[in-house]
Amino acid sequence: MNLVNLIRLAWRALHRNKLRAFLTMLGIIIGVASVITMMSIGEGSKQSIQTSISSMGSNMITIMPSSNTPGVQMAGSNIHSLTLADVKALKKDANYITTISPLASSNGQVIKGALNWSTTIQGASPEYLEIRKLSLKDGIVFSENDVRSSAKVCLLGQTVVDNLFAKGEDPIGKIIRFKKIPLQVIGILVSKGQSNFGQDQDDIIIAPYTTVMKRILATTYIQDIYASATSEAETDKATDEIKTILRETHKIRADQDDDFTIRTMAELIKMLSSTTGMMTTLLTAVAGISLVIGGIGIMNIMYVSVTERTREIGLRMSIGARGVDILMQFLIEAILISITGGVIGVVLGVSSSLIVASVLNWPTVISESSIILSFIVCAFTGVFFGYYPAQKASLLDPIEALRYE
Amino acid sequence: MDTKILDIYDLKREFKMGTETVRALKGITFDVSTGEFLTIMGSSGSGKTTMLNILGCLDKPTDGIYKLDGVDITTLSKDELARFRNTKIGFVFQAYNLLPRTSALENVELPLLYNNTIGAKERRERALHALESVKLADRMDHTPNQLSGGQQQRVAIARALVNEPVMILADEATGNLDTRTSYEIMSLMQELNQKDGKTIVFVTHEPDIAAFSSRTITLRDGRLQRDTINSNPRSAREALATFPETDDY
Repeated sequence: MNLVNLIRLAWRALHRNKLRAFLTMLGIIIGVASVITMMSIGEGSKQSIQTSISSMGSNMITIMPSSNTPGVQMAGSNIHSLTLADVKALKKDANYITTISPLASSNGQVIKGALNWSTTIQGASPEYLEIRKLSLKDGIVFSENDVRSSAKVCLLGQTVVDNLFAKGEDPIGKIIRFKKIPLQVIGILVSKGQSNFGQDQDDIIIAPYTTVMKRILATTYIQDIYASATSEAETDKATDEIKTILRETHKIRADQDDDFTIRTMAELIKMLSSTTGMMTTLLTAVAGISLVIGGIGIMNIMYVSVTERTREIGLRMSIGARGVDILMQFLIEAILISITGGVIGVVLGVSSSLIVASVLNWPTVISESSIILSFIVCAFTGVFFGYYPAQKASLLDPIEALRYE
Repeated sequence: MDTKILDIYDLKREFKMGTETVRALKGITFDVSTGEFLTIMGSSGSGKTTMLNILGCLDKPTDGIYKLDGVDITTLSKDELARFRNTKIGFVFQAYNLLPRTSALENVELPLLYNNTIGAKERRERALHALESVKLADRMDHTPNQLSGGQQQRVAIARALVNEPVMILADEATGNLDTRTSYEIMSLMQELNQKDGKTIVFVTHEPDIAAFSSRTITLRDGRLQRDTINSNPRSAREALATFPETDDY
């Protein structure tokens, strides 16, 4: 019997037992639908993490001081291994870095008139805004000149503005005081909201690093160096380069550890992705189990069907069906159940992830790969669980099958 | 006209039941020529069913020779046997064995579906033709449960004819039918035999059915007991005429 006739035959057999065929499919439908939904939710949250990180600058590199001497270890901020000389050296020699900024920060109280607020002041170069993907909604950025002259100017985050200024008051040009140092507000940052770790990214004051180092901290050391790699893909090259240059300027011997640590956003993305990836895998595995159960359902029904139709099998054999014809008949029936179930499941899965996206506002991304994958799994389920009942049918003895009551 | 369709020599069939060996056929020899209408009779346990299974190429003899249309079936593989059944033999069963919820036409088409050399159009034409020859062309869209027992058996006969077999093999084909319908079926069989020259092998245990055939073989305890030529077979059409028109009521 040729394939077209076999498919038509299987289709008709399912048509005769519509409810049974549907109930058998149900396992596959639920399995496929949940696999697709889970994968789209997983993929969606992964992508939303990635976009929120790239909004922080996905090619951002942070260099922090660390200790390379044995013994009592101090917190990074107390180690004074990074200096402005390092920034200069990197600016001069590094090829995979586009922009670079030192960072000296201090926590403290800021006062404006009768209002006060506890926040962090970050001393940086004008490029810092570019590296951190910060922009101004009002005012101007301080200039290189301001840096050179340790000008008493600053940029405010939205949270600081909200806490120091009455509603409607324009902060630009006003003077605020941080640890008794008066600073003139020259710009306001565009709000970035919470970071992925729940930090308020708007609770910040940015001033020239010279101002913070000389006037507030009175120090010659810097806490961090921020840099942008030429691209996200070249972050690793940039990291290696920074390491080489810093080890050289710090005169670290080959057998000694680094006295600094380099963190990249790429690492962060990897870490967060692996967490959501694990969750997705877990949920998909649970959904996958229902696919297996659906497959067992198909196997069960196919066994029943073979027993029920023993006489039909005997008749078909006696009028010239070979074992392989009978095998194909039942196998294709099983595959048809699973693939039809798969199609319905895909439709259901896609629509339920759209519903999740619109009702719960969860980010979902329906990937072709999840659809193709669940489809392949479906077809495989049909073949795998349909084969044994079909084989049982094909091995029946026509004489006994014809006499079966 | 005197070509041998069946050539059977010293046919034996043994079954192993645990440690015991049951000898169902103990050496049977006969042959059948084209155009014969043969009935095989015998009480239960005579080896009738075993004989039928072997004749129908569903089973192979333990020993002996069985040639159907000149081919020794003992040399054929399982798949070759299936192909042989598909092209050489037309089965008619006691319980009709039609596919439920499937139209008469599709039931008749069934053997041709297993023959890949026949296309959809030819399949349909031949099935229609076969239904015409059993006078059921007007019922081609009816499913078995919409047909009477006799009509169902006629559909089954059409199915047996559709592949133009060298032999029609009927297994108690009138066993489920009342006398009048049985005679109708036998009348159809006789017509196929006499008009179209079909070779028919009819297994039955009813002597009055055997009276319609041209030759009767009687089996007993796995041996051929009697082989009689019926030079003057009874006409089923005439026998039918003796029934009152409205016998059903």
